[in-house]
Amino acid sequence: MATVEHAAVVDEHAATSTGLPHLKLAMWLFLASDCLLFGALISTYVLYRGASVTGPFPADVFDIPYTSVSSFVLLASSLTMVLALAAIQRGDVGRCRIWLLATALLGMTFLGGQVYEFTSFVHEGLTLKTNMFGTSFYVLTGFHGTHVAIGVLMLLTLFSLSFGGRITQRNAMTVELVGLYWHFVDIVWIVIFTVVYLIPTGTPPGAS
Amino acid sequence: MTVPTQRPTGLLSRPRATSGFWAWITTVDHKKIGILYGITAFGFFLIGGTEALLIRLQLARPDQALVNAEQYNELFTMHGITMIFLVVMPLSAAFFNYLLPLMIGARDVVFPRLNAFSYWAFLFAGLFIYSSWFLGGAPNGGWFGYAPNSVVDPTRGMTFYAIGLLIAGIASTVSAINLAVTILNMRAPGMTLFRMPVFVWMGLVVQLLLAFSLPVITIGLVELLFDRLFGTHFFDVAAGGSPVLWQHLFWLFGHPEVYILILPAMGIVSEILPVFARKPLFGYQFVVFSGIAIGFIGFGVWAHHMFAVGLGPVPNTAFAVSTMIIAIPTGVKIFNWLGTMWNGDIRFTTPMLFAVGFIAMFVIGGLSGVTHAVVPSDYQQTDTYYIVAHFHYVLFGGAIFGLFGGMYFWWPKVFGRMLNEGVGKVNFWLMLIGFNMTFGPMHILGLQGMPRRIQTYPASLGLAFWNMVATIGAFIIAVSVLVFLVNAIASFRRPREMEADPWDARTLEWATSSPPPEHNFDEIPVVHSLDDLWHRKYAETEGGRVVPVAAGGSGEEAPAAGPDAEHAQSHGDGHDGAHTGGHHGGHAIHMPSPSYFPIVAALGFPFIGYGLIFAIPPVIVLGFAITLAGFFGWALEPSAE
Repeated sequence: MATVEHAAVVDEHAATSTGLPHLKLAMWLFLASDCLLFGALISTYVLYRGASVTGPFPADVFDIPYTSVSSFVLLASSLTMVLALAAIQRGDVGRCRIWLLATALLGMTFLGGQVYEFTSFVHEGLTLKTNMFGTSFYVLTGFHGTHVAIGVLMLLTLFSLSFGGRITQRNAMTVELVGLYWHFVDIVWIVIFTVVYLIPTGTPPGAS
Repeated sequence: MTVPTQRPTGLLSRPRATSGFWAWITTVDHKKIGILYGITAFGFFLIGGTEALLIRLQLARPDQALVNAEQYNELFTMHGITMIFLVVMPLSAAFFNYLLPLMIGARDVVFPRLNAFSYWAFLFAGLFIYSSWFLGGAPNGGWFGYAPNSVVDPTRGMTFYAIGLLIAGIASTVSAINLAVTILNMRAPGMTLFRMPVFVWMGLVVQLLLAFSLPVITIGLVELLFDRLFGTHFFDVAAGGSPVLWQHLFWLFGHPEVYILILPAMGIVSEILPVFARKPLFGYQFVVFSGIAIGFIGFGVWAHHMFAVGLGPVPNTAFAVSTMIIAIPTGVKIFNWLGTMWNGDIRFTTPMLFAVGFIAMFVIGGLSGVTHAVVPSDYQQTDTYYIVAHFHYVLFGGAIFGLFGGMYFWWPKVFGRMLNEGVGKVNFWLMLIGFNMTFGPMHILGLQGMPRRIQTYPASLGLAFWNMVATIGAFIIAVSVLVFLVNAIASFRRPREMEADPWDARTLEWATSSPPPEHNFDEIPVVHSLDDLWHRKYAETEGGRVVPVAAGGSGEEAPAAGPDAEHAQSHGDGHDGAHTGGHHGGHAIHMPSPSYFPIVAALGFPFIGYGLIFAIPPVIVLGFAITLAGFFGWALEPSAE
């Protein structure tokens, strides 16, 4: 559904009432709505900061340099996404294809990093069930990871469609829409990375 | 928009049926989808009503045990979930789907297949929740699902609740975005925002409320689901969690939800009153702005549901004040409606009776609502039948009365046949009397201290009399609903020969035939003013007297005199070719083709749900595969054949 939804009316409404294309307006509304999903999850995380009664605590498991690198990878994918859109707007399908694939690969690298991070945390004894930190951390970052995965799926769909001649300069907006979603997911990560990883929790109760 | 219409590159050809079973399954026509929403919601209304009758039978006399406490919990929980999520919301969605495109002069909603997807997802959500009765017990923790009770309950009921509402939430969010973009982007030429009918305005506010409140409950439900299925501790006090978080997430959705339920009815009433008072809506801008204000303030009052939780005097005071403030825009609307009727040439048709009934009942519910805004008073009322009385006065006396009025009003437009007026009036009076007999005494019971959600009560409390009255009232309501059903069924025995504008109405949906052709309008109307249709029919003399405009009079719009001329004007040509498209400018009207994929995409959700509940991973994977296949088929199917 990321790629094709035709408007009901072609002739009379070539120009929309607001001047914004239907799909773009819909995407903005969806992203605004999605903000509240993340808002509720981040609020939950913030509410339960320092609420864990047993470890491991954030300071015990976080590897800030490692996560910084994977965050950098995700943010870099916003650049490749912009390049993909610029290419298709010029009508350069070949370049667009390369940048779409690059974006998807960077996204997958981030996801791989998250899988590795989750695995190592579990080895250090932090699971969903361990404490409030595990509960709120995994659900928040996992929810974001799911968003990234859906984005990767859309990027790969665009990438494959481009071989069938379905991605052209005329419908560059399809790429733009996926781009909007992708940038949104990146921006949310900036907030999550700051709130979850960078702001110290302080000494947990009972920790020496 | 990405697939050129000439290139059928899809996986499957698009369905072609235009009538019969498959036409309904694959339809993307907003009118058919509206009817599907309406019928489904009415079916759930009968089920939810039956649950209410069982509750009333159980409470008719003291110390009864028709149902045991566990069954009673399931009954009141399912009654609440049904009436809110499966009746009032989808019945409002039925009106929005059917009417919004017609009222703004559009041929369909902006994303017709997404619209069909929303309906199927809603239907599957309803069936999914109801399947819980047969799969180990229905939800039993109240429609509000308070943690930690909803987490620790040993039955599967609250898991069905969480997953069912998540699916319904997806349906509503998608539909909200679809309808909001439709209103913003698909208006006919000249239909500026402040020429939109109030019902369209309320539609826009409701869609935005849905888009911004549903995500919050979604997260609450996800957390509840994780607590129940995967052992997380979101609402687990022993691990450091907080059950109050659930209440915040729930009511941060739950209070906007109240306006999601009532604003559509307010919009309907704002359309009915001017037609039958033969006057423009008094203070259109005030009604619109107060609707918007209600939408905004509605996000800032949620903790008035939590006064007794112990948030402290400062939050309680703040939310008490915001709650009293929201009564102001609501009161503004009441006065506007009264002003609309004032000095009007009133015709007391059935829709008008329901609209006036709405105002009276809603005022009672609104006033009792203000009494809960006073914190010390709320401490006395909370969890008593006084609250039950209050919210039934706004949700039944308000929303349901408004929706019934809407059904009587738009029935001829939708089905091309009138509902019988005499029977309709019997329907109204029975419902009004039954309603007040049921819920009026609950104020007294509540003030006498009768608690909500308790299966029975001892005779010594002296509550028996008013409970019996309430039970008799509930059965009178049931009779009134049966009267409606008879009226509805009987209407289909009459021939379909309705004129376009039987009520001499004001808005664009009455400018096209009844029922409208698939493409709604042969020519997209050009709008020159608020109540455009009215101004095409009538002019005002210098003395302020309303006179019909002569047929074929001056003006580019060729204003028509009265409904018949209007009908003739709209359908002078292209009428017979309605389904193949009118022939204007030498090209057929392009309408979106039906599609199999909306129902396929929605069908995956219940599989995911059952897989999660019964812990069968292959079923979960199958569900995701079905939904994904639906979306990919959707994306790749040819845009038309």
